[in-house]
Amino acid sequence: MFKSMYNWIDERLDVTPMWRDIADHEVPEHVNPAHHFSAFVYCFGGLTFFITVIQILSGMFLTMYYVPDITNAYYSVDYLQHQVAFGVIVRGMHHWGASLVIVMMFLHTLRVFFTGSYKAPREMNWVVGMLIFFVMLGLGFTGYLLPWDNKAYFATKVGMEIAASVPWIGSYIKELLAGGTIVGAQTLTRFFAIHVFFLPGVLLTLLAAHFFMIRKQGISGPL
Amino acid sequence: MSHNEQQDSAHKPVKRKEMSRRQFLSYTLGGATAFMAGGVVLPMLRFAVDPILVKKEEGGFVKVIEESKVTTEPQQIGFKVHQVDGWYESDPKMEAYIAKGEDGKVFALSPVCKHLGCTIGWSGEEAPNEYHCPCHGARYTKDGKNLKVAPKPLDEYQVKIENGWVYLGPLEANTRV
Repeated sequence: MFKSMYNWIDERLDVTPMWRDIADHEVPEHVNPAHHFSAFVYCFGGLTFFITVIQILSGMFLTMYYVPDITNAYYSVDYLQHQVAFGVIVRGMHHWGASLVIVMMFLHTLRVFFTGSYKAPREMNWVVGMLIFFVMLGLGFTGYLLPWDNKAYFATKVGMEIAASVPWIGSYIKELLAGGTIVGAQTLTRFFAIHVFFLPGVLLTLLAAHFFMIRKQGISGPL
Repeated sequence: MSHNEQQDSAHKPVKRKEMSRRQFLSYTLGGATAFMAGGVVLPMLRFAVDPILVKKEEGGFVKVIEESKVTTEPQQIGFKVHQVDGWYESDPKMEAYIAKGEDGKVFALSPVCKHLGCTIGWSGEEAPNEYHCPCHGARYTKDGKNLKVAPKPLDEYQVKIENGWVYLGPLEANTRV
């Protein structure tokens, strides 16, 4: 049945070449763990993306209960974690995944570094990768405040002071981030917006560029 | 060379720099696009930076303690200030360490560490007769002078004394060290 449905669509839109372009590509032997087990180091980039997808999905579901408001944020997180069915798991996925994505990204960076894969002609992809790294750190920083507990509040205060230590413009950066002179109601809404809309938008754009470039240039050769 | 060119231009009609149709259209379209894009983006940018452009109101003075109760040993005093945070108004509890200095003057220090903003404490086993910060081990003297880790001395509240009571005002940079 699926076959006939697919054929019906394909006759009209000719979608086969489109997904073939995406799915059909050679995987060289030296990056295939089935050939050389040590090639598992080439999986870290894919794993980073896999966890990123989990982060996006679990984050979307978390916003069904979460409110970015200083009187209710903590209670909404408490409720979704302890009262909602599978809340522990969904928030757990987002909580642990956040750390795991940093770990995987770091391992991926090490692999690229030690295999020399950043060298010409792939320098631009290294730079885009670094930008992704900073966006991920930004996601971690802004997401950490959202439960609005003591740890979140003081971690953000410390982060603000670090931002404020930038010469000349530090205090402006701090105030722009905090949305005022204190870490308060406007900081929480701001961080929520940055965490949920701005940075994911930037991240997806950068990821698209990252994947486009690796497909165009191919995986770097064996050592 | 330049001599030849001059001769050439002499018997040719002066050619004005004319804009081609294509150029005119691309300028017009580009300008209109830039105008429309600006119309969309500028309100959003102004919207985002509003908090740093609104006027900050200076906090008033708050009555905290009788002058006679202030000792040379710093005391932790809690007091409430009215705070407007966007749509959220509250009266959060603030803290100050109040003491009488060697010069006999009453002064009040903010307990916010000048390193990265944690809350400091006075004295204790770890740091007798010093302020210490639990986060990264900053130390300060009784006057708030930074001894370790922190880059600046502790901030000081403006102090006003009226009818035997101590009033605390806005924070300012330390004046005692």
